[in-house]
Amino acid sequence: MKLMTCPINGPRVISEFAYGGEVRSMPDPEKADDAAWADYVFNHNSLPAVKAEWWCHTPSGVWFIAERDTATDTILRTSLYAIWRGQGQAVS
Amino acid sequence: MSRRLPHVQGERIDRGNTVEFTFEGRRLQGYRGDTISSALVASGARVLGRSFKYHRPRGLLSAAGHDVNALMQVRREDGSVPNVRADVVQVAADWDINAVNTRGGLARDRLAIFNRLAPFLPVGFYYKAFHSKRWFPRWERMFRNLTGLGEVDLRAPHRSTPKRYEFCDVLVIGAGPSGLAAALAAAEQGASVLLVDENSSAGGSGLYARGGATQFAQQTEALIATAQGNPRIRLLTSTYAACYYADHWVALVSPECLVKVRARGVIVAQGAYEQPAVFRGNDLPGVMLASAAQRMLYHYAVVTARRVAVLTSNSEGYAAALDALAHGVELAAVLDLRLEAGVDSTAAAQELVRRGVPIHYGVKPIEAVAGADGGVASLVFESTAGVAPGKHTLDLDSVWMSVGFAPANALLHQADARMSYERSTEQFVPQTLPPGIYACGKVNGVYSFADRLEDGRNAGACAAGQIGFGIAVERRAAIAARECPTHPYPVFPHPRGKEFVDFDEDLQVKDLRNACQEGFDSSELLKRFSTVGMGPSQGKHSNMNALRILANVRGEPIERLGPTTARPMFHPVPLAHLAGRGFTPERRTALDSDHEARGAVWMPAGNWRRPEYYAIAGKSREQAIADEVRAVRARVGMIDVGTLGKIEVHGPHAAQFLERLYTARFANLKVGMTRYGLLLDEAGVVVDDGVIGRLGEQAFYFTTTTGNSATLFREFGRLATSWDLPVGLVNLTGHYAALNLAGPASRAVLREHTELDLADVAFPYLGVREAQVAGAPCRIMRVGFVGELGYEIHVPFQHAADVWRALLASGSRFQIQPFGVEAQRMLRLEKGHVIVGQDTDGITNALEIGMPWAIKMDKPFFIGQRSLRVLAKQPRRQTLVGFTLPSSDEASVQARRRPKECHLVLDGGQIAGRVTSVGWSPTLARCIGLGLVTPQVALRKHLRVRIDRGEEIDVEVVQAPFYDPSGERQRVGDPL
Repeated sequence: MKLMTCPINGPRVISEFAYGGEVRSMPDPEKADDAAWADYVFNHNSLPAVKAEWWCHTPSGVWFIAERDTATDTILRTSLYAIWRGQGQAVS
Repeated sequence: MSRRLPHVQGERIDRGNTVEFTFEGRRLQGYRGDTISSALVASGARVLGRSFKYHRPRGLLSAAGHDVNALMQVRREDGSVPNVRADVVQVAADWDINAVNTRGGLARDRLAIFNRLAPFLPVGFYYKAFHSKRWFPRWERMFRNLTGLGEVDLRAPHRSTPKRYEFCDVLVIGAGPSGLAAALAAAEQGASVLLVDENSSAGGSGLYARGGATQFAQQTEALIATAQGNPRIRLLTSTYAACYYADHWVALVSPECLVKVRARGVIVAQGAYEQPAVFRGNDLPGVMLASAAQRMLYHYAVVTARRVAVLTSNSEGYAAALDALAHGVELAAVLDLRLEAGVDSTAAAQELVRRGVPIHYGVKPIEAVAGADGGVASLVFESTAGVAPGKHTLDLDSVWMSVGFAPANALLHQADARMSYERSTEQFVPQTLPPGIYACGKVNGVYSFADRLEDGRNAGACAAGQIGFGIAVERRAAIAARECPTHPYPVFPHPRGKEFVDFDEDLQVKDLRNACQEGFDSSELLKRFSTVGMGPSQGKHSNMNALRILANVRGEPIERLGPTTARPMFHPVPLAHLAGRGFTPERRTALDSDHEARGAVWMPAGNWRRPEYYAIAGKSREQAIADEVRAVRARVGMIDVGTLGKIEVHGPHAAQFLERLYTARFANLKVGMTRYGLLLDEAGVVVDDGVIGRLGEQAFYFTTTTGNSATLFREFGRLATSWDLPVGLVNLTGHYAALNLAGPASRAVLREHTELDLADVAFPYLGVREAQVAGAPCRIMRVGFVGELGYEIHVPFQHAADVWRALLASGSRFQIQPFGVEAQRMLRLEKGHVIVGQDTDGITNALEIGMPWAIKMDKPFFIGQRSLRVLAKQPRRQTLVGFTLPSSDEASVQARRRPKECHLVLDGGQIAGRVTSVGWSPTLARCIGLGLVTPQVALRKHLRVRIDRGEEIDVEVVQAPFYDPSGERQRVGDPL
């Protein structure tokens, strides 16, 4: 079984984790036109790439960001959201 | 006619311990340590089983766990066990053994008729013959009778097979010379090593491929002893690694159970499967792999032949010839497919010549011919060089084939290794390996004994060094072979066929050629059409030859084709090993035993069980539910709602957080009050609903629906993080039990157990209070889900039963009635209240369910708000309407002609919606329901609904709520 490293609890088996979707930045609801908003809501990018994703270590409830290459299913890095964002990561 | 030798150094049998067993009705003897096959061969048997399709007699082939034509039905004390692998399973006293898949016994199998019908059973026969609908059932019956292997004994006792878990630094798979060397090298550097081998003892080919000498066996024995003495090495025998999963997670199959190993590095030293030559009669009993004969000699002291020819193209074959001579087997000839011996074979060839063994070169086997017993009696071949070029016939009773190997690289494939075809060894070798995976020995294309030790040591040192034990070592390239161990094309078609490529499925050369002819000429298609490699041995002795034939037909180099994928598990695993105990956890509320005692009929709700209703003797389900409904409307009832999700939010941002989550407004919610909110997704679709109560300025307590509580709580945590709203979220679902006391008399019942002022002014509708109830600290919400005066009492789990019983006791003067989920559903349906997930589906948005009061579009933000703005501009796709059926005294007639949930609403023959809730209301004495329908039909007076059996009926559209539309009853209640 695959391993994932929770930034708080260390490496654990993947069955202890839940996926929370790709990190996506929401357009400003006041400024985005209907088409741009619909694009945000419905069009998710499924192309394989290195993606920043929300993951939760379910027994402890820790949410964090995993950077994962979805082409090879390689987990490159995991970090708490605040730290990840503090490093100026671009959101797709 | 014993074929047992005197003591052989290294034999695995215990001669002091005789084992008596029965085979096909004959009483036979072996020794403890014998496999079924070795005991049978020792007592002179050559035919061990029948082939799957043509029922040809078959004998020993690999003696390594892949002899799928020697599968046995074994009747023993604890039941009858099917498909026992005779070549590896040790025989035990009083086993009653029969070959599987015969009619009338092994010797006179009546189904051998299929051998003669073979010309009428071409490749793809099934696909071509069995497509007629009319004939298929007949064919199916016939073939189900004819085919199949052993028989499952349904009376076999239950055996539990718990899983085990193991951890190690380095897992070494295969304890042959290279695996032993690797394990020792890794352990020397400080790594903990788990060394596994599928055989009953370690040593691999080091112990049986002796070449008539003792040095390799002695060196191997010494390695085993050193490994066993090393405290960092644990050796597991009779255990095979069946699959590799991500991050070095390997499933080991031991005789007793499945062992899941997490390693930090994995060394695959699984060696290679010896491959048969493909020529007419290559399946006759007596024709076997040279390694099988050597295993018999050295593991069981059994000689498989009196007079043998060794068909070879490598130094391993010459070594086997010397092994034959060393044990008194008459060597009829060595038949080398090559034009001359290779560098590693020369010395052995000279020795054989010196001892008078004729050696033929440039050999082309023509056919092996069967004798009276069905086994091989002679071999016809041609040679172009050597003692006497020309066509010859040799009388013999065995042919040992040593023409090449296929690497046992299934696990490497599963680990995502890239393979390349290496011409110097004519085999696939790993080209690039993922981090932490190593391959050494024959699977890595390294064959000589000394080279394998060298390769193994290097791999072991690398694996340990890479994870921080000892010094980091560079992995050296595989040591190049001096003599090619594998013939590039050991295939010799015969005009009359019967040259078997696949012994599991009885496939001949022409079958594969015909499959290619029909267009199935890629390795994956060829496999599926011809079934090559799909039998119990999973192609371990057929895939490489099939691939060589395919390459030959296509005129392409083999590397262009690529092997087929070996999925987990690459070797069959007993189903019992994989089976686990059923484990579906079921949550029970604090009041579960009270419900049980009261005759609750259970229904699942999420992963809880809840009372659907309470059964009453002499009353039907419908009557019991109707009584529960009437009790709530007229007197008082109580329902366990402990399965609701219960969440607390704390902090200065708590109100803002909830405003962003739910459609309702919370900033202005007064302390001590609750408010109903819808939870939407980003598309505006209704996901959940709940009642949110404010306990303090910075503290909220709220409920979610039963099924969604765990995932919602998790998602709330994510949203709080991503919104940068530091709130404290506490999941109290398990901590609190909850019950809803509802009905005109509920206030009177509750008053007896609390000092809280229950007067309407002090504790109004939609209020929330913290107070003692029957001595327990509770949270009480005045809610109106069922449409009567009601109190939802949340009580710490451990006090729940006390409170429940106290309320029941004091409610007895009002004939208080516990009610179940069904009654609650009807009560809320009478009120027209929506159940999210029942009256809504995965695309129902918040504007479609008629609750504009619950959606505060003028808030700055809530999830789904922006999408609702888009949707508000568009025409409604559907809308929720109430409907009713005409009142009728004949409830029974009505029941039959009543719509059910999910029945379709029609409009001119087109689907215009569906019924979402429906039931017979005891309060209104008629059938009522809700439906999601198009706005056009919602405006009509009647809906046309298609009910059971395609019948169509009209129902009347009415405005919900059906009962107490002004909501007076829940607001004030009766002044009882």
